[in-house]
Formats: sequence, structure tokens, C-alpha cells
Amino acid sequence: MSAPQRPLTRAQRTTVVYGVLCFLLLLVVVQLWLLTATMNAWLGDDEAVVWPALGASAACFLLSLGLLGYLFRR
Amino acid sequence: MNDPQSRFEEGRAIDPRVDSPAREGLTGTARGGLYEPTRDPEDVTQAPDQRPMAEQPHWRKDFAIDVPEDDFVARRDFARFLVLISGAFVAGQAWIAAKSLGPDRHTHQRVRIASLAALAPGSATMFAYPEAHDSCLLIRTKDGQLLAYSQKCTHLSCAVVPRLEQGILHCPCHEGIFDLLTGRNIAGPPPRPLPIIELEVAGDDVFAVGVRVRQS
Repeated sequence: MSAPQRPLTRAQRTTVVYGVLCFLLLLVVVQLWLLTATMNAWLGDDEAVVWPALGASAACFLLSLGLLGYLFRR
Repeated sequence: MNDPQSRFEEGRAIDPRVDSPAREGLTGTARGGLYEPTRDPEDVTQAPDQRPMAEQPHWRKDFAIDVPEDDFVARRDFARFLVLISGAFVAGQAWIAAKSLGPDRHTHQRVRIASLAALAPGSATMFAYPEAHDSCLLIRTKDGQLLAYSQKCTHLSCAVVPRLEQGILHCPCHEGIFDLLTGRNIAGPPPRPLPIIELEVAGDDVFAVGVRVRQS
């Protein structure tokens, strides 16, 4: 049913890359916060957050990888 | 193949009034997307050797000669570095997790650190515990109470200095202040209290027996 997909123009690809960059920056800032908060908690003898924070950070990383893969397929 | 129903199902539906074999090829009978639109000159790259881009070496795609393509490549590479940083953050989290699996941080040996007779009331001395590079403070207040703390400021690990007459431990690097009697952070940037060194006194000898880290 769908019409053949035209390749994106350079202007469109640049718009896509800006959108992806916004998401990536957000994810990296979240990861930075996670790392500092986890380090602070761990140094303060609170180890309960260590593994959940690792999982959340890994999820952010996988999401970043997916976005980068999308960018390279374009 | 050309009946309106199959055209509709295949997404090639056109106005049935012009969809007849007699009008095939006339204006209005071509389905949408049949002809490629003319490419914008901004979207066309001409390599210096005039060969098509598909035949160009890979490096030419990473070192674009057109400004719009170079913009795209530069931002895509920035995205790649962001993902690299993201991976580094995961490695940091994994390092913390691995350290938390390691040997118990709170089990330490009993070590003699001072002689009580050598420590006059209202004075302080330094010792290393639990490792040789872990500098600590042993304080004997004027009323004879023994206190011991790690000397590393919980902000950025500068050495704190006891000011017994003011009842504080002072970090000169960023003006962090801890309460002398409890080790709690009471002013400045330190986020946590100083770790307490647990003591035992046996006769004239003072022993360090453990480290108690506190969140608040």
C-alpha cells in the first residue's frame, strides 16, 4: 500500500541528525547524573542504588546505540 | 493488473474516470511517484574525478567537500562521540558495581594506633588506618573523650585540620567545616560526615578496630 520511499534530502537528514543529537544529549546528561548520584551514595555506604543505576545507565546506552544506528542507516 | 480494484489494493489508485486503457499514457493517467523529481543541486555531489559517488573511496564520504554534506557528517560524528561517552558512563557504573561486589569494606583489623599517655587532653595526632595511605585523626578532647575520624574531606579528599578551640575540623581547600564531636558536615561543600574510626582502649593502648561510613 505504501508509496516508494524517496531518499531524504540533505536538509532533511540534517534535521534528523539534530533531533537525534537532542535525544543523545538528554540521555548523556541523565547518565552523568546517575553516575554522580551513584558514586555519592556508594561512598556514603549506600549500595542499594548501585545495580538499579547500572541497569538504567545501560538502558540509556542501548537507546543511544539504537539512535546512532538509525542515523547511520539514513 | 490494470483493473481499478488491484490498483487500489496496491496503492496505485487513480481517478476511475481517467483510468481506462484508452487513456493510458495521457495526462492524469500516470500514478504518483512514477517519475523521479528533479534533484536539488544542493543534494548533488560531484567528485573531483567526475566519477559517480558509488565508485568513490570510502574516505570521501567521511571528508565531504560540500558544505551541507559536511554539516551532516560533522553532526553525525558528534553523535558518535556522545554514544562513546555514554558507553564510558556505563563502564563507570559497572566499576562501582564491581567494587560493591568485592571484599567487605567494613571489616578491618585491630591495630594499635597510639599510647593514651602520650596524648594529652586537648590535643590531636595523626595515624594511618586501615591502610598505610589512609590518613586519620585521633583527638583527645579537654574532658578526655577520644575521637577518631578519617582525615579525608568528603568533598574532594583534602586533609582536614582539627581546630580544637573552635570545636571543628576545618578543610582549608574549599572551607568545609565538620563538627569536632560528631564529625558531621556543618558548613561548606562536603556532602557527607567524616567516616568515624571505631576505637578500643586497653590499658594505655588505643586500638583502631573499624571504620564507620555514614550517609548523613
